[in-house]
Amino acid sequence: MVIEIEKPSSVRLSKVAISKTHGEDSPYFAGWKAYDENPYDEVHNQSGVIQMGLAENQVSFDLLEKYLEEHHEASSWGKGAPGFRENALFQDYHGLKSFRQAMANFMEQIRGGKVKFDPDRIVLTAGATAANELLTFILADPGDALLVPTPYYPGFDRDLRWRTGVKIVPIHCNSSNNFQITPQALEAAYQSAESMDLKVRGILITNPSNPLGSAIQSSILNDILDFAVHKNIHLVSDEIYSGSTFSPSEFVSIAEILRNRNYKDAERVHIVYSLSKDLGLPGFRVGTIYSYNDDVVTTARRMSSFTLISSQTQHLLACMLSNHEFTQNYIKTNRERLNKRYDMIIQGLKKAGIECLKGNAGLFCWMNLSPLLNEPTRQGELELWNIILNQVKLNISPGSSCHCSEPGWFRVCFANMSEQTLRVALQRIHKFMEQRKVCSVNR
Amino acid sequence: MVAMSKIATGNGHGENSTYFDGWKAYETNPFHPTERPEGVIQMGLAENQLCFNLIKNWLIKHPEASLCTPQGVNKFKETALFQDYHGMPEFRQAVAKFMGKVRGDRVKFDPDRIVMSGGATGAHEMVAFCLADPGEAFLVPTPYYPGFDRDLKWRTGVELVPVNCESCNNFKITRNALEAAYVKVQEANLRVKGLLITNPSNPLGTVLDRDTLKSMVRFINDKNIHLIGDEIYASTVFMEPEFVSISEIIEEEDVECNRDLIHIVYSLSKDMGFPGFRVGIVYSYNDSVVSCARKMSSFGLVSSQTQHLIASMLSDDEFVDNFITESKELLFNRHKYFTWSLSQVGIGCLKGNAGLFIWMDLRKLLKEETFAAEMELWRVITNEVKLNVSPGSSFHCQEPGWFRVCFANMDDYTMKVALLRIRTFMLKNNEAMVPLKLCRPSSLKLSLSRSLSRRMDDFMSPGIMSPHSPLPQSPLVRART
Repeated sequence: MVIEIEKPSSVRLSKVAISKTHGEDSPYFAGWKAYDENPYDEVHNQSGVIQMGLAENQVSFDLLEKYLEEHHEASSWGKGAPGFRENALFQDYHGLKSFRQAMANFMEQIRGGKVKFDPDRIVLTAGATAANELLTFILADPGDALLVPTPYYPGFDRDLRWRTGVKIVPIHCNSSNNFQITPQALEAAYQSAESMDLKVRGILITNPSNPLGSAIQSSILNDILDFAVHKNIHLVSDEIYSGSTFSPSEFVSIAEILRNRNYKDAERVHIVYSLSKDLGLPGFRVGTIYSYNDDVVTTARRMSSFTLISSQTQHLLACMLSNHEFTQNYIKTNRERLNKRYDMIIQGLKKAGIECLKGNAGLFCWMNLSPLLNEPTRQGELELWNIILNQVKLNISPGSSCHCSEPGWFRVCFANMSEQTLRVALQRIHKFMEQRKVCSVNR
Repeated sequence: MVAMSKIATGNGHGENSTYFDGWKAYETNPFHPTERPEGVIQMGLAENQLCFNLIKNWLIKHPEASLCTPQGVNKFKETALFQDYHGMPEFRQAVAKFMGKVRGDRVKFDPDRIVMSGGATGAHEMVAFCLADPGEAFLVPTPYYPGFDRDLKWRTGVELVPVNCESCNNFKITRNALEAAYVKVQEANLRVKGLLITNPSNPLGTVLDRDTLKSMVRFINDKNIHLIGDEIYASTVFMEPEFVSISEIIEEEDVECNRDLIHIVYSLSKDMGFPGFRVGIVYSYNDSVVSCARKMSSFGLVSSQTQHLIASMLSDDEFVDNFITESKELLFNRHKYFTWSLSQVGIGCLKGNAGLFIWMDLRKLLKEETFAAEMELWRVITNEVKLNVSPGSSFHCQEPGWFRVCFANMDDYTMKVALLRIRTFMLKNNEAMVPLKLCRPSSLKLSLSRSLSRRMDDFMSPGIMSPHSPLPQSPLVRART
């Protein structure tokens, strides 16, 4: 018999634990709940909610599976398990040298060999989620600010702010110039931070952009780097979608900008990368930080103790990504397939009378539904979003969850489903738009 | 120059500790039986390398546990996509079952309370983030694992306050010591949020007795502070007394406890020997902590590839039962041989029954009873004896002269080389030794036990540790005969 005692008022958890900065109250996640409760299935649940809010890449798995079927060295365990012990014991936060080498090569190939990456500057983390948080701990003190262009990936609110105590000050971008970052917007954000008595420690850009689905032009990258130099702050470039550009020539990495300047100003630049999007392996938790600053590399490496990549996974990927034939073919084929998907969704939306921002990368498109809003406000956007979620049964992400300053834009993912499912989704959108036309005609 | 944060530029990473200095010596000249026979032997790393044959055999029989084999590749896609921070249900169920079996099935663990983290390293930091604000404090009995200074304090801003334990009562954690530490923190105007214990203990290699555990639970309940039990060595208890987990204590009739205060940190790094796989677990009886920790686990999820392997392996009941038994047997044997060999040259240890290390007593070798003397001795051991052992001061031990020596991270040959080096060193220093006082029962118990010496004979290998060796006998042996 256990003594039942009257519970005293429960002991308080930390402020971090009680805060809402984990961000899960955002509509971004509410749509997922609707999907979880009624998920679409091609066979078993054709009226369910189609998940278009998850930026996953499912178009190239057959290439990975084929590799595994043909290369048993990726798993040394079937043949007497010779490497298992060493692998299971390997917890060195430097990471497997062969894996870092393979990652460096992969990153170079994605950039068409235009820049080189030094494997000893690669720090491993369990996903880009951890990488972004870790860099924030290193570059800023609690209460300081990072400038982030809007619209941005909603997860940044948690990753950059929750446990670090660092603030995000938005760099406002709008549709008048296709949401490009301008020097004026950078300066305005900086001033805004200053007026709030916040010390700006860095800028964080995502290139190619999530949610815009477009790569940042090199002239703008130069402007951003110049700005960072001028204010003597850091520049973090999250290039997680660098391998998901539809054509190799469209993407310019910050690494190329640096190379063009002979690596002057490099010590303030840090690149985040991951295999969750390009290779479609979000479950494996493979993130990296590439820094041109020795102190940042050393410190990041020490901090990575909290979030290392499983050595089992490092081993598998070291094998896979050292195979040049495989990686060349993968990068090329993956691009072509994403391009094809993108064309499919853009054409489909156009037929339904919907325009999108011109994109050239990523696993999603940035759809403009502002003509459909009852009122050009966040409220209007959320009302429309509710209709799309509950009536059209598509979980798409409202621009407000991405901190977009203009209401009516939505991010729509297209690579996390089969072509058939995408067709169904487009049919539903088409039908929805037709019905709205009928309604407005009858008014 | 563009600046980094205070956290980045400070020393919170803890790598300036002497704990790591020996590792550096090892890394520049690591022992290898043929290539570098004079190299430094690593005895500062608490790894469990004794059970890999068991695991290898299981892997060969179960190719489907790997995603890369023809038998397993059909699970590749769904596993690679799985990033849900709840973790795979099969993984959580298998881990919960394993944790129960390790505790003799005396308690059950709820898979829905299992939260993943980046190793126990990540788990500790995560728990600190959930329970305490910057500037608040956790009490930690000394001696304790040096990594706690980094894990609990570095990025969280939380303070650690030692609860002093002494050798005169075998480093027992007394209620008085807890109260004294608590008062000290209050006087410093800090707020205590919790007590962190490691049971079985690192570096002591002992388990906490039932009374001490109950006393602790009553203490934290009285003060309304959290109790974090790091049970990472739970399955390394190879000898009596049996391991008693916090999870069992809170079920006892005479223990009143607010379960919202109870949290367990676990990992597969020691019990299974998989430090590379980064399988850390936070198990909390507090729903809000589970919920918060789960969200935070996004920063350190276990690779789904690894979850898949572990789920397979740990749901094989026959394998697990056999593994737990075999592992204890192998550790027992290694421990016994090791401690017996040390006793033969007059070196005593705290009587231990768990862990991957012994807490070695070299106080009589110190020139003086100071930490400076301990460091001097440690340098001699590193540079002349060429063993990397960990000095007690790096564990915040309050008394100089104790060293943690790992024994499970090497093969038999390397262990014998290490013991030979120790023997040679001790014999050379015989004249420096103060005769062992007979009133220190803890360090003598091992050698005096008859059944133990019988077992010793079982693995005497001729030529190295023969009792009939012509070398002079230690005072210990003289006392016995």
